[in-house]
Amino acid sequence: MSQRDDSISAMCTLAVGEAGRTGDWRSLRPVIDHTKCIPAVKKKPACFLCWLYCPEGVVKGTIPVEIDLDYCKGCGICAEECPAKAINMVREGHDHA
Amino acid sequence: MPEVQIMTGNAAAAQAAVLCDVQVVAAYPITPQSQLAEILSQYIEGGKLKAEYVRVEGEHSALTVCISASTVGARVFTATSANGLLYMHEQLHWAAGSRLPIVMCCVNRGVGAPWTIFNDQQDSVSQRDTGWIQIYCRNNQEILDTIIQAYRIAEAVYCPVMVAYDGFVLSHTMMPVEIPDAASVREFLPPYRPHTVVSPEDPRTLNAVLFPWRRANAQGVVCDGYMEMRHKLQAALERALDVIRETNDLYAARFGRDCGGLVWEYRMEDAEVVLTAMGSLASEATVAADLLREEGIRAGVAGIRVFRPFPADDVRRVFRKAAAVCCFEKAISYGYEGALCTEIKGALYGTGVSFPIHNYICGLGGRDVKASELAQAVRESLTDMAAGRVRTRAMWLNCVTE
Amino acid sequence: MHEIIWHGRGGQGVVVAAHMLGEAAYLEGFKGVTATPTFGPERRGAPVAASTRISREPIRTFSQIDEADITVVLDETLLGVVDVLGRQKKGGLVIINSTHPPEALPVGGEYDLAVVDAAAIALKNHLVREGAPVVNTPMLGAFAKASGLVSLENIERALKAKLSREQVDRNFTAVLGAYEKTILRRRT
Repeated sequence: MSQRDDSISAMCTLAVGEAGRTGDWRSLRPVIDHTKCIPAVKKKPACFLCWLYCPEGVVKGTIPVEIDLDYCKGCGICAEECPAKAINMVREGHDHA
Repeated sequence: MPEVQIMTGNAAAAQAAVLCDVQVVAAYPITPQSQLAEILSQYIEGGKLKAEYVRVEGEHSALTVCISASTVGARVFTATSANGLLYMHEQLHWAAGSRLPIVMCCVNRGVGAPWTIFNDQQDSVSQRDTGWIQIYCRNNQEILDTIIQAYRIAEAVYCPVMVAYDGFVLSHTMMPVEIPDAASVREFLPPYRPHTVVSPEDPRTLNAVLFPWRRANAQGVVCDGYMEMRHKLQAALERALDVIRETNDLYAARFGRDCGGLVWEYRMEDAEVVLTAMGSLASEATVAADLLREEGIRAGVAGIRVFRPFPADDVRRVFRKAAAVCCFEKAISYGYEGALCTEIKGALYGTGVSFPIHNYICGLGGRDVKASELAQAVRESLTDMAAGRVRTRAMWLNCVTE
Repeated sequence: MHEIIWHGRGGQGVVVAAHMLGEAAYLEGFKGVTATPTFGPERRGAPVAASTRISREPIRTFSQIDEADITVVLDETLLGVVDVLGRQKKGGLVIINSTHPPEALPVGGEYDLAVVDAAAIALKNHLVREGAPVVNTPMLGAFAKASGLVSLENIERALKAKLSREQVDRNFTAVLGAYEKTILRRRT
């Protein structure tokens, strides 16, 4: 072949936001109560089940735990899995923390 | 130095895999391919072939392993037959769409139901539209030679190649095969360079959903939509016609054996009636042509070596002087006629030729096809055609149809 | 082209015999040789056949042989089970492994008939596999004698390409023994 085509098969490099700002898809927003969240209470890396279960990889395993709301689709799995009931799903546009 | 061994088609295929330095083999045994899988696993176990044999639980997985290994840069080989090939069907499309230069032998066998282990070409012909190059072999020498060529073709155009040869008729029949020396094959076939090297250091998302439209990625670069990607596959297959012809010529110059490019010809110089077929059936047809010539019937054979991409230009050139054509096939597109016959008619459309074409379905499920039977079919066709009776429906040779 | 059919029972080595003959014929200068088993499942003890084609030119036909020029029968009990002569050209050559003399065998005077007691020769040379005499290699000796198509020298070379040295010695001694003991009755 005289000319090399680098995209003859459908491959893409990993990139944040490849599918657009998926946070726009959200109708429910996760809100973390850091007075209950285990790493925040114990002040050491612990639990992080929300980070483990998040299908979108938008939860950061930091102290305190953070969620990237630009890409969180609001599925609520983190709230479902949280053993401390520290995450509440609230309707977008209603600021009841 | 090349040496000649008397070997089965399966042994010739295994020998070719060794000469091509394949690195990964994943094959699931199925009659009549089994011997090939067995020989390769022995070669790998004994160190004659430095490759990894990945054992799998079925053909779908066998091809999936080949797809994965090819993606990360290995030269891979697999082989199957009949229902094994059909079980791979989804992954056949996937391999072609991923543009992976996998080489696979299809040891042609009829498909069930009813169950058969014997030869016909329904298996590979029914996979015509998967995006694989399909090359049919006349004899065991061509099996070895074609596999070596297949890797060079596949790796030039990044398309998978299916090397088809008739089960039992070739796979289990021993005949002389000249084995080229390994160094010459290595010169002819340089190591595989994948189009994209995928590794843990440079990860990629493979074959994610593409949309009906072209779309910018996260970096703002506009990327192909599904249709553009599929067009690239089609363009590669169209380009493969020249690559297959050139590879055949280079191989012939280097090793002294010409497998016939896209369409090979036998006694065609002044042929009025042309017999056409694929694989060992086409070889048998050359003997039928000899028989007919002895009676003064000017018969020749056009052997279709490459079924996909279909060599329409070559068909037009080779058939242009024919007065009649008999197309013999060991497969049928059920509900119509033999797929090869349809392709030949299609290729001739618009060329102004109007010679009659008779289609014979023969040898299904291993029914023996003799040169004398092919010759008799041609005689009957010529009688019909001379009387103005052109058979538009496929005829079943040597089969009770009433 | 010479077309040969080998009749035997599954396990007696008709395929190996067909192959070895092909090897020897190729060494003899025949450019076209093919050796073919009965297609399909392998069945120990069942009547099976294999075939060899030998030609001066490369072979382009792979269909099954209708009528052989030469028939070789490894097991005379097959004569009552299989229509051996039904696939043999009149006037051709039939070679049978038998303890009987030619006149006692059901092969008419329209055929050349060669007979050898290959089992006895195998036993004498300790060619026994799984309790049964190995008759396929001695029958190659009978074939060489009766047909004249391949030389003993090329049969030995063919054996050497496939067997260990010790096996070659014993098998080739049996080939020579069969070559000497084969009785040929010409057709009338």
